[in-house]
Amino acid sequence: MRKIKSVSDLERWKENILSRKKQDEVIVSVCGGTGCHAYGCKKVRDEFAKIIRKNGDLKEIRLRYTGCRGFCERGPIVTIQPQGIFYQRVQEKDVPLILSETVQRGKILGHLLYEDVITKRKVTSEKDIPFYKAQSRLVLGSNGMIEPTKIEDYIGIGGYQALSKALFEMKPEQIIDEIKASGLRGRGGAGFLTGKKWEDCRKAPGELKYIICNCDEGDPGAYMDRSLLEGNPHSVLEGMIIGAYAISGSHGYIYVRHEYPLACKNAETAITQARKAGFLGKNILGSGFNFDVEIAKGGGAFVCGESTALIASIEGRVGEPRSKQVHTVTRGLWEKPTNLNNVETWANVPLIINKGSQWFFSIGTEKSKGTKIFSLVGKVKNTGLVEVPMGITLKEIIFDIGGGQQDGRRIKAVQTGGPSGGCIPASLFNLPVDFDSLTQAGSMMGSGGMIVMDEGTCMVDVAKYFVHFLQEESCGKCLPCREGLKRMGEILDRITEGKGNEEDLSLLEELAEVVADTSLCGLGKTAPNPVLSALRYFRPEFDAHIHQKRCPAAVCTPLIQYSISETDCTGCGACAKVCPTQAIKGEKKQNHFILAEICSKCGSCKDVCKANAVMVQ
Amino acid sequence: MERKTVNVTIDGRSLDVEEGSTILTAAREFGIHIPTLCYMDHLSPYGGCRLCVVEISNNGGKAFIDTSCTHEVREGMVIQTQSPRIIRARRMLAELLVASAPNVKIAQDIAARMGLLKVRFPMEDNRCILCGLCIRMCYEQMDGKALGFVGRGMGRKISMPFEVRPETCRLCRGCDYVCPGVIIPCQGVQEPGELCGKCVRIEDTPTCCSMGTFGCFCEQNPL
Amino acid sequence: MDFEQVGKIIDRYKGKRTALISILHDIQDQYNHLPEETLRKVASRLQMDLNDIYGVATFYKSFSLVPKGKHSITLCLGTACHVRGGPKILREMKKQLNIEPGQTTADKQFSLNVVNCLGVCAIGPVMFVDGKFYGEMNTLKAKRIIEKINKNNKNKKRNGGNHEENKIRI
Repeated sequence: MRKIKSVSDLERWKENILSRKKQDEVIVSVCGGTGCHAYGCKKVRDEFAKIIRKNGDLKEIRLRYTGCRGFCERGPIVTIQPQGIFYQRVQEKDVPLILSETVQRGKILGHLLYEDVITKRKVTSEKDIPFYKAQSRLVLGSNGMIEPTKIEDYIGIGGYQALSKALFEMKPEQIIDEIKASGLRGRGGAGFLTGKKWEDCRKAPGELKYIICNCDEGDPGAYMDRSLLEGNPHSVLEGMIIGAYAISGSHGYIYVRHEYPLACKNAETAITQARKAGFLGKNILGSGFNFDVEIAKGGGAFVCGESTALIASIEGRVGEPRSKQVHTVTRGLWEKPTNLNNVETWANVPLIINKGSQWFFSIGTEKSKGTKIFSLVGKVKNTGLVEVPMGITLKEIIFDIGGGQQDGRRIKAVQTGGPSGGCIPASLFNLPVDFDSLTQAGSMMGSGGMIVMDEGTCMVDVAKYFVHFLQEESCGKCLPCREGLKRMGEILDRITEGKGNEEDLSLLEELAEVVADTSLCGLGKTAPNPVLSALRYFRPEFDAHIHQKRCPAAVCTPLIQYSISETDCTGCGACAKVCPTQAIKGEKKQNHFILAEICSKCGSCKDVCKANAVMVQ
Repeated sequence: MERKTVNVTIDGRSLDVEEGSTILTAAREFGIHIPTLCYMDHLSPYGGCRLCVVEISNNGGKAFIDTSCTHEVREGMVIQTQSPRIIRARRMLAELLVASAPNVKIAQDIAARMGLLKVRFPMEDNRCILCGLCIRMCYEQMDGKALGFVGRGMGRKISMPFEVRPETCRLCRGCDYVCPGVIIPCQGVQEPGELCGKCVRIEDTPTCCSMGTFGCFCEQNPL
Repeated sequence: MDFEQVGKIIDRYKGKRTALISILHDIQDQYNHLPEETLRKVASRLQMDLNDIYGVATFYKSFSLVPKGKHSITLCLGTACHVRGGPKILREMKKQLNIEPGQTTADKQFSLNVVNCLGVCAIGPVMFVDGKFYGEMNTLKAKRIIEKINKNNKNKKRNGGNHEENKIRI
């Protein structure tokens, strides 16, 4: 790879790459995202590679190891171009068949196709699968077309064209105007107008300015940034370089949480390749602009997703937030003006520069433009990453794309915005999803995590879960967050143990108000949201725990009992075998029963029972 | 020397305060009382206890809450130090504080001043309120670099690295001096006519004990 | 224990303060925890106060100042994994190994950790064992993983094999 020193160099490189692409070239893409890894995609890919290498007839096939495709529940995912065939849940043993039947003979293997949950029909092409059909995968879609560790793939789909346009056809102020006109708002959760942030940073006095990409993604249940940085790191880099040029930044950091080793690795590779190609470093593309980026790792702290704590972390200090009276755009990293944006925000920038602000502005709602990637997880049939235009309703996401309930249990709420957000009951699923609508309902869109909950989820338990999560992650600097969350946790613990009383709820609300008002940073300020929204919409569940000592969803261990239905039990004895406390008694082929006093409520019996005879109340 | 001033309104009073000062120092200059705990003159403000919070509004914008010890004054700022929201907040903070450290005199003092009579949380017995004054004293005034925060969240505590007094510590006792927890509770009147004076006599305050670790927080402490 | 590697690790990152966390991660990978001596070396090379390094090492959950077990079991307790039954698996792990999260078994074989989201939410509940991700876990599957590791260990002891084979990198 030689250095690209000018726009025409870049053009020539792209043409070169495209010319090497054959007509009707067969491309087998194996998804290499972390989710598919858990299901053994590496073995699948290695098997493909092995057979292709050995078999001379197959040597024209291009094997690609792509980034995360988003439909993680169906992994490992293999797609075949040019037909656009989508195979899911592919195992190592399926590989020889795929090559011999589908690739060589054009035969579709039915058992590997996605089956529509309602019509039960098999779907062949990716674009026809309901999960993907209703989406607008403008940002995430490229993941399926490139191998993230090959810069040529990115160039081949038009990569770094936006950068060359920005450097040679636009002035920094123009770029900022474009971003402002597009209406892009930060995708990390706060939703601040990106163009205004860039402008403020550009105007801040000082020669040395920093650009930061926030890939800390601490919200449990959200993994959009992981997929983007793993699957298309160059798109993020390109956005950062354009931003740096517009703001006059000289040095950049991508802060990656250490729980994302693959994202870190792929980002490192991308940086090295970009430097070699001349997109980073001195005199980028011959424009005279200098900018370089390095990776900074997180150490396992959710609070480091907050911008001032993140900056402290990069400086080699503990992740303690500080007052934001003076914003980071004026005084940030090493006291210099710093522009910090989320991974998804940066990935949108090249699109806006390439296709224009008007195009971006035309998507979405009045105050929320463009698309947003959500991670739809929890008690829903189709879990995975979903990219949709702003303004789509919760109902459409959960039912049309998500396929609705699983296990025959009614969906009762969706948690959005992570620990800073709240739950939205099913009755409000007609709400559009954008920056402002969900806030009015007591939640927020946040960074994109959407955790679906059904009747088997206890909302008191969820409130307790979030408080304990925040207790763990609090930095401990300020009194209200450190002590306030501790006491809120104590109250919720007692309620879920059946030891709550009526005054607990008003004390909880009183605590919530003060923690929200007086905490130093966003973590503390928004900490009460999950509890308050649960109280607002699911008060009857709290009342049941307090007054009837009962958990309606049968989750809170001290309040539930496991028993075996006499009518359904087949007497197979599988449960007794796995019971760790030997609490299940019964003769062969006769009804088994559980001794409640010894039962540890681990749930193993329910997991093995094929007759579904174990009941929890 | 002419000092630059900005005009702010505190509790309805229009005041010309020194530019660059914090709301707390400006208020104190004009005799307006704002309670503090982790603040001390000549040490950098920390903003950890949140007791000094006030309601602030810039240019008629929506009022927000921030600590007066860290927030710098700006022209036209309108500040409320005793609004119902602030009083509610301070009472709850005091309740949380005294529930955590009821045997630390300053916690009781603050609770008493807030008119708090009942604590609705199970009481613990921490002797350190994590105000960080000892650390800032050690670093900023005495250059000992011996104390620091360890861990995070509810498990946060103050300690010397690896629980061993480093060579840089000169046993200056500056940490003991500034600690709000190092005050012997009132022993009561001794004899009619005799003054006890224990609560301010430095030689009676507990110090680094024989183990060489920071005295206030170890079990050997007579308190 | 020789700490020569520490100098090399710091050199790799050019002794930059911005790389402190990365440096500590690499040291931990090398020595299975952060020995006191290594932190003192880092403080002196990076020209930072030992106090501050100690604070950083105790603030971030991914660091351990005590040696970790040979097999690291990390259970995800993110929201998605939680609603799909994560806590039950944690209870089972605690019972099986007889330790709390953050601790190591007495025979130094297993370390149990919990983490607040591994980013593989769609296939929760998720466990991360010795460098491998396991999705859609339940109490039984989790128990079997531990049993398998124990069996492997017994076999390796019998055959005198190389313990490093257990580590699988992504």
